[in-house]
Amino acid sequence: MARAAVSGRLTWRAATLAEARWETSTARTLVLDVPDWPGHLPGQHIDVRLTAEDGYRAQRSYSIASAWPHPEGKVELTIQRLDDGEVSPYLTDVVEPGEQIELRGPVGGWFVWRDKQPAPVLLIGGGSGVVPLMAMVRARATAGGKHPFRLIYSVRTPEDVLYADELRRRVRDDAGLDVHFVYTRKTPDGWPSPPKRIDVAALNTYGWPPDFEPDCYVCGPTTFVETAADILVALGHDPRRIRTERFGGTS
Amino acid sequence: MDGTPLDGNAMAGDLREIFAVDVTAARYLCAGCTHTDAVGTLLLWHQSPGLVARCPNCEDVVITVVRAPDRVFLDLRGSVRLEVPLEGS
Amino acid sequence: MGIISRGFGGRRRESVPGLPPGQYLTHDFPVLSAGPTPRIPLDRWRFTITTETGEKTSWNWAEFQALPAEDVTVDIHCVTKWSKLGTTWRGVSLDTLLENVESAADYTMVHSFGGYTTNVPMEDLLDGKAWVAYKFDGEDLQPEHGGPARLVVPHLYFWKSAKWVNGLQLMPEDEPGFWEAAGYHMYGDPWHEQRYQGD
Repeated sequence: MARAAVSGRLTWRAATLAEARWETSTARTLVLDVPDWPGHLPGQHIDVRLTAEDGYRAQRSYSIASAWPHPEGKVELTIQRLDDGEVSPYLTDVVEPGEQIELRGPVGGWFVWRDKQPAPVLLIGGGSGVVPLMAMVRARATAGGKHPFRLIYSVRTPEDVLYADELRRRVRDDAGLDVHFVYTRKTPDGWPSPPKRIDVAALNTYGWPPDFEPDCYVCGPTTFVETAADILVALGHDPRRIRTERFGGTS
Repeated sequence: MDGTPLDGNAMAGDLREIFAVDVTAARYLCAGCTHTDAVGTLLLWHQSPGLVARCPNCEDVVITVVRAPDRVFLDLRGSVRLEVPLEGS
Repeated sequence: MGIISRGFGGRRRESVPGLPPGQYLTHDFPVLSAGPTPRIPLDRWRFTITTETGEKTSWNWAEFQALPAEDVTVDIHCVTKWSKLGTTWRGVSLDTLLENVESAADYTMVHSFGGYTTNVPMEDLLDGKAWVAYKFDGEDLQPEHGGPARLVVPHLYFWKSAKWVNGLQLMPEDEPGFWEAAGYHMYGDPWHEQRYQGD
């Protein structure tokens, strides 16, 4: 199904913003119409290129949030606005449905999950690092997969949670999917522990034990990714089963 | 803009403009220390005149990509070998 | 292909007369790095000039600080298209450093802590055109901008102004440094827009 995604060289193409929706007060999902989209694997990303009137260009990579096939044949990105960013504020606050952006993709064949991988899956996301992991959760459901999936999602406050309603629904409806939140600044009322960063206890309690040999995917800011990956290795996970993707604060 | 590296995954688009296969899933063999892993795991310095991908084990430069308007320069001297998986074979 | 993104401005930049072709004016000081920022304790700092015959002349930090320094105000031009006008530096002129060095070499390779290299012709370092600077804007040069000391050779694209500089190898023939080997121009004159090899 995604075989077409890996053949041929890539060039830039025009995509049209079909619709947009806010996930939080600072994160917006762009639903894009991309003619002749070849399909993609969850975890892949696209490069977005913006051109100003004087020819100045800026380019950034964004993880794809949606699974393929998509019910309306669209491709979804979720963009977290960084206030001092150059590209993300344009994508969250300026571009409107009907307008075009240039993109190139799908790209990346390493930080991807294929539904033919038999192993249980442990997803660890920090902030908007949850986006490619959400694509994996969605792809599992689209494929009717029964792989045991666990998502540990580290986020500042309950208001910053992306896809909150959908995650709640999927935990109820997608058999074999668990989600655990780690709140780093503020917890919901009645949460059993104070805010904290991701730690050994969280991964030990809510991750899969190493002898299940899960495929682990970690995505988030650099320090988050390094911390989580180090903990996984210390807990005894095989480094070859840990895949990481870092993003910088540059968008 | 604090110079924190990304990883090799972020090179995928620029490399897919050159190659018909995804190079970030290929395994490199570091010329400096013989460490081997996926190109996606390299540490990528991108706030510079080009992309500089370094071995996470020894920090030697494995791959550089310099983008000119009409050309791409790819320097692979830091990698003794790339092992490229072929999809569907 | 070119889709203009309506309402996209990008980073604040100005196109002003008098800049080299293709450059924009910036008022901040972007940090570009091709690797981890080395942290060099001053008691481990040393700057060494090595001639084509292998003779070495070197200074430790105290000796270097004792050399006559100059205050210069120059415009700098980065190959990534930003220019910054009127930057002020304090450092030691290469004329001073090369004064007592016996050499017939026409080229130099600039070396840095961390392994960075860049090639500069000898004549572009002499006659008040280049400095090893240790202060920027009146303050000690910060590590992200190349401190303790960096080369400043403002008439060439700024990648030639190597950060964390620790030496100069004098060479009879020109050889490419780090970016030059990766595709950038051997000389790098911003006024002739010598960005890439073949430009």
